[in-house]
Amino acid sequence: MKFTLSWLKDHLDTDASLDEIVEALTMIGLEVEGVEDPGAKYAPFVIGHVLEARQHPNADRLRVCMVDTGTGAPIQVVCGAPNARTGLKGVFAPAGTHIPGTGIDLAVGTIRGVESHGMLCSERELELSNDHTGIIDLPEDAPVGTPYPAYAGLDDPVIDIAITPNRPDCLGVHGVARDLAAYGIGKMKDIRLPAIKGSFQSPIAVDLRFSEETANACPAFAGRYVRGLANGQSPGYVQKRLRAIGLRPINALVDITNYISYDRGRPLHVYDADKVEGVIHARLGKTGEKYLALDGRTYEADEAMCVIADDSGVLGFGGIMGGEDTGCTEATKNVFIESALFDPLRTAETGRRTGIISDARYRFERGVDPAFMLPGIELATQMVMDFCGGEPSDVVVAGKAPESDLIIDFPFAEVKRLSGLDLKPLEIKVILQSLGFWVSGAGDVVKVAVPSWRPDVHGKADLVEEVARIAGVNKIVPTPTPGLDGVARPVLTLNQTRTRRARRALAMRGMVEAVTWSFIAKSEAEAFGGGARELELANPISSEMSDMRPSLLAGLMLAAQRNADRGIGDVALFEVGQIYRGDKPKDQLTAATGIRRGTAGIMGSGRHWQGAAPVVDAFEAKADALALLEALGLNAGNVQIAASAPDWFHPGRSGTLQLGPQTILGHFGEIHPRVLDKLDVAGPMVGFELFLEMLPAPKAKATRAKPPFQATAFQAVRRDFAFVVERDVTAAAILRAARGVDKKLIVDASVFDLFEGASIGEGRKSVAIEVTLQPTDKTMTDEEIEAVAKKIVAAVVKTTGGTLRA
Amino acid sequence: MTELSSLENEILAAIAAAGDEAALEAVRVAALGKKGSVSERMKSLGAMSAEERKVWGPALNGLKDKIGTAIAERRTVLKEASLDARLAEERVDVTLPVRPGPADRGRIHPISQVMDEIAEIFADMGFRIAEGPDVETDYYNFTALNFPVGHPAREMHDTFFFHPDEAGERKLLRTHTSPVQIHTMEAEKPPIRVVIPGRTYRCDSDQTHTPMFHQLEGLVIDEQSHIGHMKWVLMEFCRAFFEVDHVEMRFRPSFFPFTEPSLEVDIRCDRRGNEIRFGEGDDWLEILGCGMVHPNVLRNCGLDPDRYQGYAWGMGIDRIAMLKYGMPDLRAFFDADVRWINHYGFRPLDLPTLAGGLSG
Repeated sequence: MKFTLSWLKDHLDTDASLDEIVEALTMIGLEVEGVEDPGAKYAPFVIGHVLEARQHPNADRLRVCMVDTGTGAPIQVVCGAPNARTGLKGVFAPAGTHIPGTGIDLAVGTIRGVESHGMLCSERELELSNDHTGIIDLPEDAPVGTPYPAYAGLDDPVIDIAITPNRPDCLGVHGVARDLAAYGIGKMKDIRLPAIKGSFQSPIAVDLRFSEETANACPAFAGRYVRGLANGQSPGYVQKRLRAIGLRPINALVDITNYISYDRGRPLHVYDADKVEGVIHARLGKTGEKYLALDGRTYEADEAMCVIADDSGVLGFGGIMGGEDTGCTEATKNVFIESALFDPLRTAETGRRTGIISDARYRFERGVDPAFMLPGIELATQMVMDFCGGEPSDVVVAGKAPESDLIIDFPFAEVKRLSGLDLKPLEIKVILQSLGFWVSGAGDVVKVAVPSWRPDVHGKADLVEEVARIAGVNKIVPTPTPGLDGVARPVLTLNQTRTRRARRALAMRGMVEAVTWSFIAKSEAEAFGGGARELELANPISSEMSDMRPSLLAGLMLAAQRNADRGIGDVALFEVGQIYRGDKPKDQLTAATGIRRGTAGIMGSGRHWQGAAPVVDAFEAKADALALLEALGLNAGNVQIAASAPDWFHPGRSGTLQLGPQTILGHFGEIHPRVLDKLDVAGPMVGFELFLEMLPAPKAKATRAKPPFQATAFQAVRRDFAFVVERDVTAAAILRAARGVDKKLIVDASVFDLFEGASIGEGRKSVAIEVTLQPTDKTMTDEEIEAVAKKIVAAVVKTTGGTLRA
Repeated sequence: MTELSSLENEILAAIAAAGDEAALEAVRVAALGKKGSVSERMKSLGAMSAEERKVWGPALNGLKDKIGTAIAERRTVLKEASLDARLAEERVDVTLPVRPGPADRGRIHPISQVMDEIAEIFADMGFRIAEGPDVETDYYNFTALNFPVGHPAREMHDTFFFHPDEAGERKLLRTHTSPVQIHTMEAEKPPIRVVIPGRTYRCDSDQTHTPMFHQLEGLVIDEQSHIGHMKWVLMEFCRAFFEVDHVEMRFRPSFFPFTEPSLEVDIRCDRRGNEIRFGEGDDWLEILGCGMVHPNVLRNCGLDPDRYQGYAWGMGIDRIAMLKYGMPDLRAFFDADVRWINHYGFRPLDLPTLAGGLSG
């Protein structure tokens, strides 16, 4: 909402400076988005009088002028303009002035031997027009020494305020003035809008044609005929103000409606009465009806839209935009002025569906003051008569403007309760009254009637806001919150703690945290088991962001590729964030996911004099996943590794981390080459994903004490075994068999060598394991050790079908 | 006796001349070995008279000790020299670069770091952290928060919608973290003191807007909290978060459907290029919106607005991160450019704590 300072002062009697007004607007909730002071750049320019213009002694085309600027001795200026002459009144710029049209900072100069202490300016030099044929030639009565911007009316600052959707009353300058007056910035001017008596009956009747259920689409419609007028240009001040707020003056009749829209927040429409056929009426549209709107486009109505029509058909959408065919032109002689009320919701809906953006729609969908329907028509009539002449008819009205009957029981104590502001009842009462509320009753609880222009005020809290913003929210004293009872308690949930730990744990492994979009392309979602319709956006911002992600892998892989495209191919990225398996709250899980590309292993990437980093493999991803599980409080040794994983992993180089088949903690492995292709991403790439909600919660413990440390006095014994087994036999099966022999005695079993080669036969491999025996009560004898070793061999052979390697 | 003294000179010279431990051992054997020159002479003591033995005994024993000491000393010298030689041989070029360890390479994204900082501050003020789903219903995102159907305030939210289901209901991506206010008030009774960080979405994309961003919601419901309390909490937060001695904040009236009265908050700062200083200068920077929870919102959650009251606020996490750490472009947050994250990100052990200072 834009207006100029002089416009505001039509409604508000104030001596406040522009800065004070701007500050006040912001502090009462009408946030100033910008102030443009068009006069600022013209400030140094004054009206000068050329007392004498004589020929330059050394140049035919130049004159030496003595200019009176109203401040003592005349100033000598060398001027090249053909119209520079004795007696001329022009616009003078002293040395030091920045000339907007040329961008030059004026200095004292010597031109062909004669000093020049300033300049007489052309319109182009002032950026007023492109005219540079001569200097500005002002009327003889122009007051010498007066600042030119004030003289020319170039100094009316334009204020742009942001109006929140709850304040339709401030979509007119009048309402803004009311708020400022309440705040103490001046006094409202008493502007009377007396009813103008019509001299004849309107030849055009108005009618509302709605069913009872849809009558609220247009509860009231008023109009007036004005005949015998002459439509021309509107007066200079109207044009100047409209231009200042970014509107193009068209003709007096159109300008009047635009002006009142901004002056009073009251949209109007003026029809060329000679183009109207029969009764002007409001009704719901009929499917298929069309009209050519003032924006030059044709719109189609339907049964949900409120239209204004005559016998020939639709003239416009009610409260949104009139039609071209009945619009006013220079030739218009007789007009019909419309001032009506339209339902905000229906207006908003019609506006949305047609895409029409207009000042009228903007106001009606926020709520236009119903009580100003008739004053609005009087104001318009007066302006039409003032600008165009003509003779007005009686006002014709169909329907009735609804009257506000909202009265709020308001305890003064409510102000203190909600805002913390300590105000006296009288102060509260004065503020409400200054905003147009009626306050009646004595005592602690009063009755407050809400003015017709405040559709946003419904209850006590709204009144507190009114009081607080006018009393000044900066007066509310910051008040410490009642303190805590002692040392703050931990507040994070298990999942929150795990999310935080996961990030730090993965960063500790040399990975860099990415935050990628929650939505990805449909094809990408499908590649990771997603793409269901319930997770597809109906209005995505682009096809690359159309579906909620089922996995963080896609986003990370694409990110890795973007980095590779920038020349950084070896990247290790992770993200801890939400994934979606459905559209219910429980379907949203937290995934901790990482990828490594190229040679970005935990020990570093690329070449190095101590040895180049190897290309990442599935075990790198497995190590990340297990380390993360440990960091999150699980014993990685208890996690089962199943040699299978979802389709987006390499079928032979991937695994699933689980606690039994029902509790899938996550997956790891090499990314499937087909998926790399599908995402247009180059490998090698490995990754893992863990689902934090699937991790079991730790058992609640009564105390923080750890179990007692038990150091054994007896030395552990290590024995090595090598088994030749079929290639498909897993290391896990061998180790499990070995450990199973004596779970108490055997504290560790690990693989220290793996060999595949012709010497042990096709399809076979040799797996060498080290088993650690830890006696707890005595040192083991050789015989005892031998007995356990035999059992181990027997167990492994039995479960794996392998043999002890000779 | 002269003979003995010349033997002594001879042996000591041989010891001094021994270039390594092997040569020294040879000298030792030649002198003190079973058939060594000194040993042979010791053997001859037995054949001597008591008088002679009195003279030769001490002399020979003295010689033996002297030689032993000389050999031991020489051995030490030779050992040191050979160690020095070995060490000289073992010299490496210590200027050769080493690989940085994983903890030096890992980075935490500024968003995560700032979320941890926020949690640290609000946990100290007794706030819990609540969360909620990104995929929401119209009811939780709008209706329960007092956005009337068809109201222009809904339009301002540029909502992402999903397709309507069989019942005609269409889910949406939450446009703010405020739906979690409703979930929280439905799930628990006052007093409530929570902050709600999370991802939010609006279909808007330009220099300063991304379709996804992060918000921090706050909600306090009890029987006495008013705007004064809210001001204090927000000022304390900003002071602690921006790690300055004082901040100056300007509260101005505004409008949000779910608060009444509603306020927007600016913070005083001085902007010079990329650097922002808080608590000084002439610029006011908008950082959050807040207000007293609207009576209709309380009613929608089954709370009596004449008994319960409280405040709520919402601020952009990305925005306060940008302000604090000087990142100029929001879009870069979601690009995963490792150069950017290496530059603006945090090291894994940069754990924000109140005891140690949020940013160390």
